Amino acid sequence: MARSQIRQTQKPPIDAWGAGRLGLIFSLLYRFGPPRWSQYVRKNWAGQRLVIGIPYLWLLLFFAVPFIIVLKLSFSEVRLAMPPFAPLIEKVSDAAYALNVNLGNYLFLLSDDLYVNSYLYSVKVAAVSTVFCLLIGYPMSYAIARSTPTMRNIWLMLIILPFWTSFLLRVYAWVGLLKTDGLINQFFGVFGLGPFTMMYTDFAVYIGIVYSYLPFMILPLYSNLEKHDLTLLEASADLGAGPVRSFLRITLPLSMPGIIAGSLLVFIPAVGEYVIPSLLGSSDQLMIGRVLSDEFFANRDWPVASAVSIAMLMLLVVPIVLFQRFQNQELAGAKK
Amino acid sequence: MKSRTWFRNLALLVGFAFLYIPILSMVVYSFNNSRLVTVWDTADSPTLKWYRVLFDNEQILSAAWLSIQVAAVTATGAVILGTLAGLVLARFGPFKGRTLLSAMTTAPLVMPEVITGLSLLLLFVSLEQLIGWPQGRGFITIVIAHITFSMAYVTVVVQSRLATFDDSLEEAALDLGARPAKVFFRITLPLILPAILSGWLLAFTLSWDDLVISQFVAGPGSTTLPMVVFSKVRLGVSPDINALATIMVTIVGIGVVLSAFYMRRQERRLALEMQLAKAEKA
Repeated sequence: MARSQIRQTQKPPIDAWGAGRLGLIFSLLYRFGPPRWSQYVRKNWAGQRLVIGIPYLWLLLFFAVPFIIVLKLSFSEVRLAMPPFAPLIEKVSDAAYALNVNLGNYLFLLSDDLYVNSYLYSVKVAAVSTVFCLLIGYPMSYAIARSTPTMRNIWLMLIILPFWTSFLLRVYAWVGLLKTDGLINQFFGVFGLGPFTMMYTDFAVYIGIVYSYLPFMILPLYSNLEKHDLTLLEASADLGAGPVRSFLRITLPLSMPGIIAGSLLVFIPAVGEYVIPSLLGSSDQLMIGRVLSDEFFANRDWPVASAVSIAMLMLLVVPIVLFQRFQNQELAGAKK
Repeated sequence: MKSRTWFRNLALLVGFAFLYIPILSMVVYSFNNSRLVTVWDTADSPTLKWYRVLFDNEQILSAAWLSIQVAAVTATGAVILGTLAGLVLARFGPFKGRTLLSAMTTAPLVMPEVITGLSLLLLFVSLEQLIGWPQGRGFITIVIAHITFSMAYVTVVVQSRLATFDDSLEEAALDLGARPAKVFFRITLPLILPAILSGWLLAFTLSWDDLVISQFVAGPGSTTLPMVVFSKVRLGVSPDINALATIMVTIVGIGVVLSAFYMRRQERRLALEMQLAKAEKA
């Protein structure tokens, strides 16, 4: 911004030796000279529109419009037809149209305990898993950020490597470990302990979520911790603070952006998690993602399924907006 | 100071044990002869029995082939759209609707998959009613859905790569008379090529791995690999899935190690060139 202002206020060098009337022509010529990249882009509308337009249209059509359809459908009534719902605006006769807006689906969600319970349960599971992710992820990120550069790359590679292998298979691996006759109970059996029931409990779901989402906690935390100025810690040690006090007063407050970004990256998708509770969780208490897909596939009640997802979005709107703000700050910060 | 090193090592040990023991257990038990996944059959193990079972399973093989095709097309499409979106967000300055574009590229990163899947399916159904396209659901609808959620990751990768250097090089090229398209292909594209490559791999993996969105938008004739695996493990444990996991871990491991070696060589070359340049100056 600053540079472009300078460029605009600079007078053409030709003025310096007083070229008289020619000066006007030269200054006109200067106007047609090469502009800045961003100015060029701004002026060159045809090209710019194309470059902006292609991803824009794609996202509008396949990301924004679908949400409007879901919203619309959540106010419809279920019908035994294909597709199984009543149109919002229906032609009753040649002259009359009926507007079928009904709040029935939302009232239904509120009236049935199943939905409220599974919302609360999903939030609880996601929150507990996020806390455990933080408890395991923070010390790991800290240790990685403080190792030598070579080791750092190796550790990071090892963190990312499981992410590249199949998520589904990694969750499946826990079935073999957590079963009543699984590896963990066999291990405890050596000491005469157990067997413990772990499969199909909340504990198994926490393990599954923490295990699958740990890289999403570690990576933003690491990129924050790595940037810390270590002289601050030295200064606080010089001033007589112990390691715990230094950590609580310096490192922890400085790493808050990383903690928030990592927690949101785990919490938001975990609320709607479907695969992990289906494989590891109990069938008595369902998470909201499972309820949604059951409504849709098993009951074929598309309007209620839409209302469930709109309600889930309402719940997640605040964390999602927070996440976007952090994401934008992070990208803006990288420029400096 | 010493006590803290001890603490760090413990954190790494516990964390990596947690991350790798489940994967190792699958690798080990893929060579187990017993059908019971957790009982080690000492007499007849190790065996490649389950690998044979896996490669005799036509359903898994054809699903894997479909998944590879979907992932390759998805990754290519996501890279094109994601690079454009990343370029627009990082370089085009303010324009009308920028906030909406930026929101639409970050929201899919955290959006629960069930919501994305449901909304896209409803879109496809409505489109079919309105304009008769897409007819039914299958390869095309899966690819469109996968591109939509994975292009967000490519956008973020490209955008943050572009944010690490300013536009002075592009400006210089424009000053020297290059057209914007030429500037993009000669200057910007080579600079962000590493980000584009990792974006392609990321999109490929996300698509290859996706179960929930595929379940919503896939038709009866198009079953991807995660869908087959999910229906298999839901019915109970099956040891050939261990073999499949082992194969995937091996491929990914080799790929990651190779790319690490390549990156190290590149870094060394860069450091050498920097030293030479410094020496010349001096």
